[in-house]
Amino acid sequence: MSGWTTHTGQAAVLGAANIDTDQLIPARFMSASRAEGYGDYLLHDVRDRYDLKDGDTIIVAGRNFGSGSSREAAVYALADFGIRAVIAPSFGDIFASNAVNNGLLPARVDASDLGRLTGTITVDLDSATLTCGDARIPFELDPIWRLKLIKGWDDIDLTAQHEDDIASFARARRAARPWAWPADKGT
Amino acid sequence: MSVPQTLLQKLWATHEIVAREDGASLLWVDRHLVHEGSHHAFAKLNERGARVAHPELTFGVVDHYAPTRGRDDVTDPKIRRMIDTLKTNAADHGITLFGLNDPRQGIVHVLGPEQGLTLPGLLINCGDSHTSTHGAFGALAFGIGATEVAHVLATQSIWQRQPGSMRITVNGTLGPGVTAKDIALHWIAGLGSDGARGFAIEYAGDAVRALSMEGRMTLCNLSIEGGARFGMVAPDAVTFEYLAGRPFAPEGADWQDACAAWADLRSDPDAQFDREVAIDAADIAPTVTWGITPAQAVPITGAVPQPDSQTEREALDYMHLTPGHPIAGTAVDQVFIGSCTNARIEDLRLAAAVLRGRKAKVPGVVSPGSTLVRLQAEQEGLDKVFTDAGLDWVGAGCSMCVGMNGDIVQPGKRCASSTNRNFRGRQGPGALTHLMSPAMVAAAAVTGTLADVRPLLDGRGA
Ligand code: SF4
Repeated sequence: MSGWTTHTGQAAVLGAANIDTDQLIPARFMSASRAEGYGDYLLHDVRDRYDLKDGDTIIVAGRNFGSGSSREAAVYALADFGIRAVIAPSFGDIFASNAVNNGLLPARVDASDLGRLTGTITVDLDSATLTCGDARIPFELDPIWRLKLIKGWDDIDLTAQHEDDIASFARARRAARPWAWPADKGT
Repeated sequence: MSVPQTLLQKLWATHEIVAREDGASLLWVDRHLVHEGSHHAFAKLNERGARVAHPELTFGVVDHYAPTRGRDDVTDPKIRRMIDTLKTNAADHGITLFGLNDPRQGIVHVLGPEQGLTLPGLLINCGDSHTSTHGAFGALAFGIGATEVAHVLATQSIWQRQPGSMRITVNGTLGPGVTAKDIALHWIAGLGSDGARGFAIEYAGDAVRALSMEGRMTLCNLSIEGGARFGMVAPDAVTFEYLAGRPFAPEGADWQDACAAWADLRSDPDAQFDREVAIDAADIAPTVTWGITPAQAVPITGAVPQPDSQTEREALDYMHLTPGHPIAGTAVDQVFIGSCTNARIEDLRLAAAVLRGRKAKVPGVVSPGSTLVRLQAEQEGLDKVFTDAGLDWVGAGCSMCVGMNGDIVQPGKRCASSTNRNFRGRQGPGALTHLMSPAMVAAAAVTGTLADVRPLLDGRGA
């Protein structure tokens, strides 16, 4: 995954709160392999309720965006549609980490700033600000996530440097707590 | 004297491999549960040519796509492919698989505890948001996305920032016909569907202590519907008794050591929580949802609320409900008893207590949480109670909770459901879902409407 620092694009204002993962991608589409592309499934059953156009790359939404399921397919649908950033007052926890793992920014803003975010928006990860017309609006993002997005880091690669720590932890744990390993009674 | 610690802090400390300066911890994963939906993660792993680091700690389950009928000959090519892909991945990586026709098969969050794979003091991950269920045993259990699943497969560890600690204390005694499901819907309605976001919840208080393991699992299962990735109950004698003798649970000297270690798994008396919520059990009535988030819920004695936002207006509109009308009496088209929230043996017993000797006015499906639950229920004759009432008794799996196996609610139909999500379209496009306890679903079946189960339980020990 490649990192990024700034992005300018057209925002779709979805408004509603609680746009959950079942709306973002209905479950029946999740068996497809990623190579087939998930963009067409985005908000599939509710597209007519929302003002989302081809070419939009940013979504502005109400609170608790991406609540519900851990399905990363919700992020694939957004990413494959071309969305780079979702701006909302709050996000479902698992959705937000899934987003960052796919280079999609979950930018938290104050609810009172939402109304000013329409049209063309520039996202700057370095300064954690959104620029929209004359307005400069700060957003919040966990510093680790910001770095991950900018560097395009992959956790498995990062963790590889701790391989020895993990191995010795596992040995010590098994010695001290053998019960933590599943008993195999051949049932 | 050492600083008093919460259960969360204790569990965190015993799993932390690396504490990074930026606040992220690399945590050891004791159990990793995968299902058909994990195909994305295996694809990522295979792309890198990586192997599953600890196949002995990884278990696969067929649940989300499991057909509940006609299992011997799965004809739907998509479902076949999903199940076969998991089988292939499990075989390639040397993972134990509870396949479609395994007598232990079931929904991952029912099967894990049932097999004794879920234990106090463990860290448990699964690519499913209701992994919080396993916290009922005093485990650190949380749902993760596909990229994280691939990470756990490859490294048996996960990066995570410690959440805030929140304690929900429920004191007092639940009234008859009031269940763990009602506690959950009650607190979620009070705090909102993101009310506990960023927190790990520990459930405490004598009403929680009085719950069976089944009830505690229901409570922890629904934590995510209030925004919390983790739900926990400190283990006690009820927990140990549930686990003793389970197939994968420790035995002999290991069991003794484990019980000794588990006795310490509780928040110290003076431990500080970032947030405390207190609930009086006596204030909780059987609760049903009226909208399209689990937080949009009212007591069955209440009315459809006046909307106070655009979001609520849209929810009412979607659900075809009129503000101010009593919620009880709303006609339903069908019922569903099932899911990782409420399809354990105790749930089925309770529903059967309501249905025994009565007829359902609407059609419905009862899908046990696992094949073992199914067998147990059949031994107790519960299947007969359901079929005599006119309901379908089918195989175990996620079924109509999410509809991936084809069990769906038809568009515009109203379903009383023991599941965990009433999101728009969750049970099928255009489905109108009301969440409630399995007892309340049984009451809806018998009356053909949303109804208070309490009068129906009169004189029937449940
Ligand atoms: S029963 Fe429903 S909520 Fe539970 S794991 Fe299956 S799909 Fe998810």
